[in-house]
Amino acid sequence: MPEAQLLAELAAALPEGVREAHPEGEAWALVDRSCLLEACRHLKAAGMNFLADLTAVDYPERTPRFEVVYHLLAIPQGWRLRLKVPVEEASAEVDSVATVWKAAPWAEREVFDLFGIRFAGHPDLKRILLPDEWEDHPLRKDFPLTGKKPAEEASRG
Amino acid sequence: MSTTTVETMVLNMGPQHPSTHGVLRVILELDGETVVDAEPVIGYLHTGIEKTAEYRTWHQAIVLVDRMDYVASVTNNLGYVLAVEKLLGLPVPPRAQYIRVMMAELQRIASHLVWLGTHALDMGAVAPFWYGFQGREQILDLLELISGARFHTSFLRVGGVARDLPEGFPEQLQAFLHDFPAWLDTYLGLLDQNPIWLERLRHIGVVSAQDAIDWGLGGPTLRGSGVNWDLRKAAPYCSYDHFDFRVPVGKTGDVYDRYRVRMEEMAQSLKIVRQAFDGLPEGPVKVEDPHYSLPPRPLLGQSMESLIHHFKLASEAFSVPAGETYTAIEGPRGELGFYLVSDGGNRPYRMRVRPPCFYNLQALPAMVRGRLVADVVACIGSIDIILGEVDR
Amino acid sequence: MSLLLGLIIKSLILIVLLMSGFAGVMLFERKLLGWFHLRLGPNRVGPWGLLQPLADGLKLALKEDVLPDRVDSLVYHLAPVISLFTALAAFAVIPVGPSFTAFGARVTLSIASPSAGIVYLLAIFSLAVYGLTLAGWSSQSKYALLGGVRSTAQLISYELAMGVAIVGSLILAGSGNLAHIVDAQRSMWYVVYEPLGFLIYFICAVADTNRPPFDLPEADAELVAGYHTEYSGMRFAMFFMAEYINIITVSAVATLLFLGGWQGPVAPSVVWFLLKVAALVFVFVWLRATLPRLRYDRLMAFGWKVLLPVALVQLVAVAAFVAWGVVPA
Repeated sequence: MPEAQLLAELAAALPEGVREAHPEGEAWALVDRSCLLEACRHLKAAGMNFLADLTAVDYPERTPRFEVVYHLLAIPQGWRLRLKVPVEEASAEVDSVATVWKAAPWAEREVFDLFGIRFAGHPDLKRILLPDEWEDHPLRKDFPLTGKKPAEEASRG
Repeated sequence: MSTTTVETMVLNMGPQHPSTHGVLRVILELDGETVVDAEPVIGYLHTGIEKTAEYRTWHQAIVLVDRMDYVASVTNNLGYVLAVEKLLGLPVPPRAQYIRVMMAELQRIASHLVWLGTHALDMGAVAPFWYGFQGREQILDLLELISGARFHTSFLRVGGVARDLPEGFPEQLQAFLHDFPAWLDTYLGLLDQNPIWLERLRHIGVVSAQDAIDWGLGGPTLRGSGVNWDLRKAAPYCSYDHFDFRVPVGKTGDVYDRYRVRMEEMAQSLKIVRQAFDGLPEGPVKVEDPHYSLPPRPLLGQSMESLIHHFKLASEAFSVPAGETYTAIEGPRGELGFYLVSDGGNRPYRMRVRPPCFYNLQALPAMVRGRLVADVVACIGSIDIILGEVDR
Repeated sequence: MSLLLGLIIKSLILIVLLMSGFAGVMLFERKLLGWFHLRLGPNRVGPWGLLQPLADGLKLALKEDVLPDRVDSLVYHLAPVISLFTALAAFAVIPVGPSFTAFGARVTLSIASPSAGIVYLLAIFSLAVYGLTLAGWSSQSKYALLGGVRSTAQLISYELAMGVAIVGSLILAGSGNLAHIVDAQRSMWYVVYEPLGFLIYFICAVADTNRPPFDLPEADAELVAGYHTEYSGMRFAMFFMAEYINIITVSAVATLLFLGGWQGPVAPSVVWFLLKVAALVFVFVWLRATLPRLRYDRLMAFGWKVLLPVALVQLVAVAAFVAWGVVPA
């Protein structure tokens, strides 16, 4: 199983950075925030040339609260790997991987927009889906489905 | 180093513009008619589908994902139900899989026809639009016959499809299979030899294979650049490995190659539909596990268990064991991925959609820099964006 | 005095005819487009949709006239007038049939029949560009501006080739008077002697009237509506009328210069003239129904690098043939 091998190599290269590695099923690894950029560079060099997706999940009851999730793919081998980076609420910032994959900037902007996680070194970090003057981050679990303001007020921004 | 200062003009293209396919806005910096820089601005159709899904049961979210890529609802449904089934570890009956493949490929053709029509319209050719929509009409009629809806079919279910194929379907499908090759020839006849068309498309918006992968492009936009990557072949899902088809690949990665790839894909999809129809297995069309699919109506009056299952499913719905999955399928526009996180409840804890158009659109500025305004329109058409999906 | 009266009467008749011609061409086009595109075309207003132009006109006339902020008011209002005026004025020298004698007076079927009719036509065609350019410039809209700039470049480049293509017929007929040119084609239509000239003229005519595939000044997919983006109601209708009347005019000129004008057997001459014009208008519609739009730079290159040289070569060839007596002049 090449994914297991990739994970093993990653763990060997960054012994401090890779906190957990799960080669079974959909392979994934829990990577420390400080080593993210290095881990991504390492994986890209190892063939994971396609950033399939970049998103985040909010777990309000956990600390650290957020998890930024990277889905990597190798074309043409077809290996898939998931990296998860825990991020706490107080200093919600991770390194941007825009320098590793060109696909990253917009996805990072979306995570910033909807979760409020900042990306250090991002070329143009600003809201992407919501209006610039919007105040909240709606995909956080504490944001109510119907919004925080009455509808008319919210539409006025 | 040039010392001349050039005064540029900023042109705000969209969100109301005939060829921005709905509500895309592109801020163009122009020097005369040459594009110095372009910045796509999106979000005008953002409806918070990912957020809403967290407040719907696993089954109810099917109706939501329909609304993202509104010209290819079946593929959205398919990606979503496959992801849920993966979390559940639920095997799907073969007949249901074949029906899904058939619908998904019909939908792919329909979606490509919308692309063809609008792309040609952007290039100033009106006829392919009308001809394309005539061909698409037959597909929409078929989808309507199967599901009762032409656009938002919402026909797939976790564990299968809603109903078996209706009466009259085989005849209508045969008619379509018979008619469509002629339509395809008509489209090619209108455009393929036309020097104006070729001139507008060739060597425009070139993306190299390496860049295409780096940008995370998908579908025909990726394959047009010469990357042979189709999830139906690379990681077959839903019994795609049963079918014989070819993955068309371009060479130069220009607008023309993307056009060729899509045209050829329609022919291949037709081939798959024909095979799926000919090889349609007998049997149930959804899992018979009453925890996941509603029991047949007549049973409700006879068996207490069925009534209980029905009540449970209709009120509380089924729960999905805690876990997460990223499941991707080959949508008409590229890798359509669903990242689902379950906390063991009856609703998705997080539903993230990987919209292929979102990533395709990101590469637009690189395609159009240094080209003319008319080429911007060609490039937007060639990446086949659906803003409903970009913005979700 | 009676001369002036005659001119005024003729002018009024011509305007009425051209307006109804415009309505007719519009309906003709919409019906044809419908058939080309496998749909019905207008069929709601009157039998077979015959009253559709009336409904369209009524709608446009009753529409609110939106005046955008900060437009150059005078020029903005003047531009559509220029367009419509040049479209109508061009037809003044076009004879639709042979002259005849009625009530002891000689009646020509054109308002004027100058010996340099062709020069007048070319001059008027050149003036028409002002309507478009000024409309684009005065609208204070970037799309309109781009459309106006495009129209200037396009019309100038294609008028050159058009002028050169026309000269062939002039040489053959030995006259610049349109009626004379038609008379000179009694034995043979000029399209037989100079098919290339006809082709070049027609391509230029399509470009000159901003019709697809050369509709770059309005290119809806790129420039929204180009030079008339900011126009609405009756002022938009004037541009619209000018475009369709121009189609009739250039088709009529092609008929006169290359297709033997009103000459034809059996049927009255005016019928022949109208038939030939209608056939050319059909080609206009056909092009619109089928072809994609050229890109701006390719359009310019085509005009300067292909049409103009070819037109010059064919002009020299025609002149040489006439000089050597290969072709009867």
